[in-house]
Amino acid sequence: MADLEALVNAFTGLGVDEKSLIENLGKSHPEHRTSFRKRTPHFFIEDERSFERWNDHRVKLLKHEFMRFKNTLVLWAMHPWERDARLVKEALKKGPQSYGVIVEIACTRSSEELLGARKAYHSLFDHSIEEDVATHIHGSERKLLVALVSAYRYEGPKVKEDAAKSEAKILANAIKNGDKKNPIEDEEVVRILATRSKPHLKAVYKHYKEVSGKNIHEDLDASDLILKETVECLCTPHAYFSKVLDEAMSSDAHKNTKKGLTRVIVTRADVDMKEIKEEYNNLFGVSLSKKIEDKANGNYKDFLLTLITRDN
Amino acid sequence: MASLIAPASHVPNEDAEVLLKACKGWGTNEKALISILGHRNAAQRKQIRLAYAELFQEDLVKRLESELSGDFEKAVYRLLLDPEDRDAVLANVAIRKSGDYHVIVEIACVLSSEELLAVRRAYKARYKHSLEEDLAAHTSGDTRKLLVGLVTAFRYEGDEINVRLANSEADILRDAIKDKAFNHEEVIRIVTTRSKAQLMATFNRYRDDHGSYITKDLLDEPADEFKTVLRTSIRCINNHKKYYEKILRNAIRKVGTDEDALTRVIVTRAERDLNDIKELYYKRNSVPLEQAVAKDTSGDYKDLLLALLGKED
Repeated sequence: MADLEALVNAFTGLGVDEKSLIENLGKSHPEHRTSFRKRTPHFFIEDERSFERWNDHRVKLLKHEFMRFKNTLVLWAMHPWERDARLVKEALKKGPQSYGVIVEIACTRSSEELLGARKAYHSLFDHSIEEDVATHIHGSERKLLVALVSAYRYEGPKVKEDAAKSEAKILANAIKNGDKKNPIEDEEVVRILATRSKPHLKAVYKHYKEVSGKNIHEDLDASDLILKETVECLCTPHAYFSKVLDEAMSSDAHKNTKKGLTRVIVTRADVDMKEIKEEYNNLFGVSLSKKIEDKANGNYKDFLLTLITRDN
Repeated sequence: MASLIAPASHVPNEDAEVLLKACKGWGTNEKALISILGHRNAAQRKQIRLAYAELFQEDLVKRLESELSGDFEKAVYRLLLDPEDRDAVLANVAIRKSGDYHVIVEIACVLSSEELLAVRRAYKARYKHSLEEDLAAHTSGDTRKLLVGLVTAFRYEGDEINVRLANSEADILRDAIKDKAFNHEEVIRIVTTRSKAQLMATFNRYRDDHGSYITKDLLDEPADEFKTVLRTSIRCINNHKKYYEKILRNAIRKVGTDEDALTRVIVTRAERDLNDIKELYYKRNSVPLEQAVAKDTSGDYKDLLLALLGKED
């Protein structure tokens, strides 16, 4: 039954293909549906009393997929400040695997945008962002994350090359001694990453390669994830966003990772989507639109594609 | 309550003319300067600067800098800057002098969240670095963490207090201070992120539970820079008027008088709560602040301070 494959596809991936479901399920006769239930063991379980039952877990997953479009809309219509404040709160609640979102917001937003998020946070949650981050995070990342969300970076182009060079050396040493002391607990590393301007940090990034022979993120591995993400967000944000998008669309992505697709597109569509698309193409050899076309469904897919092709 | 007495309305152009006349020719008519500058609020002073620049194509600040000197000139300069600009300049001076951070602590802990933000903005515009950037580069260790935490805070400003939290954090502070090793991390977290209302509840709880006020416990040996900064920040957060009264008292009592401190407190608080500080001063010292200032200062500098303290012309 060719329709069976189409039907399964309509439920597979990010979002659901509403049109296909209407066409296939809506027009189906009872026998078609019985056949569908019998031939999709991952959706329906054979019950001992001789009927095919929906797999509860699968229904829950479906609920999330149906909600993806609604969540995208709500997030899109939201004021950017409220958006960022809510994203940080959610990340704090979800725990360590989501701290990357806090890094993302603290490091890729402009100084005024981050400030706005902090104001919105006051209104929404009756606490300051730094207060909650400090209270909820107990591990080695606390100092760095509190410092990152409190930053109000200078945004002009002036950079002191000497300072950038010496700070690149400081970073290189801290990373080299990483097995003795965690670099993100080094107060100099925190100072440099959390207070210096972005142009300055890009100069540091450049000098790092001269000092250490490798790019800074090549010297960092999975055990330094927060540090890696911090450096990427500050120095190479478009590459960072491209990676988040690609991970969100990979087949075995965790449900939190999948949310990266909505988050990045909604939060960057008005800012630097064009550069992100270019970088995505460079890194992965396929256009972002095509990848979304393949991996997403229905209204959710159409909405995302609309967002990323707005200026074309 | 403010001590500065300013008219409800003024004509910026007229004021600018008076100032120009005061500077023209040989010498300067300081009395005329004081009669205007000592009796205009920040918004009015800003308008006068703009009017002066438009009418006479000159920066009033630069003009006065060249005409005046000494403590009087310093006081006039501080007075003419916008409040946030002034604090940015004071912060930069403090950072470069290094070693004494109480001015930075004052700015970070006494101002409201929005006011502190305005200072950070003014600092960036003036010095092409963020305040925290320069502060971090000139300090180290736990003092750095505390100071940077204080200046980058954007505290929630509501009155809500979580009593349970106040209890537990009072205990954390007590344990941290009494412990020989003195774990600074938690102390820094609490003091640099909690709202002021929450902190005051915490400090009160500390005193109720442990008998002594937290700042007294911080006086125990050995003294170090971190404890000093911490004490100052707690005093500023808890009762900044009392803190300022002590600064003034020390500034006047000191042999020779600390004009920098005197100018700073009077100029920065004249439009905010200098009257309340005056009351505290009188209660504590049995002599009015104006009298003590008049005794210890002289000339135009004295006249300007007295005007800011509320002396009518």
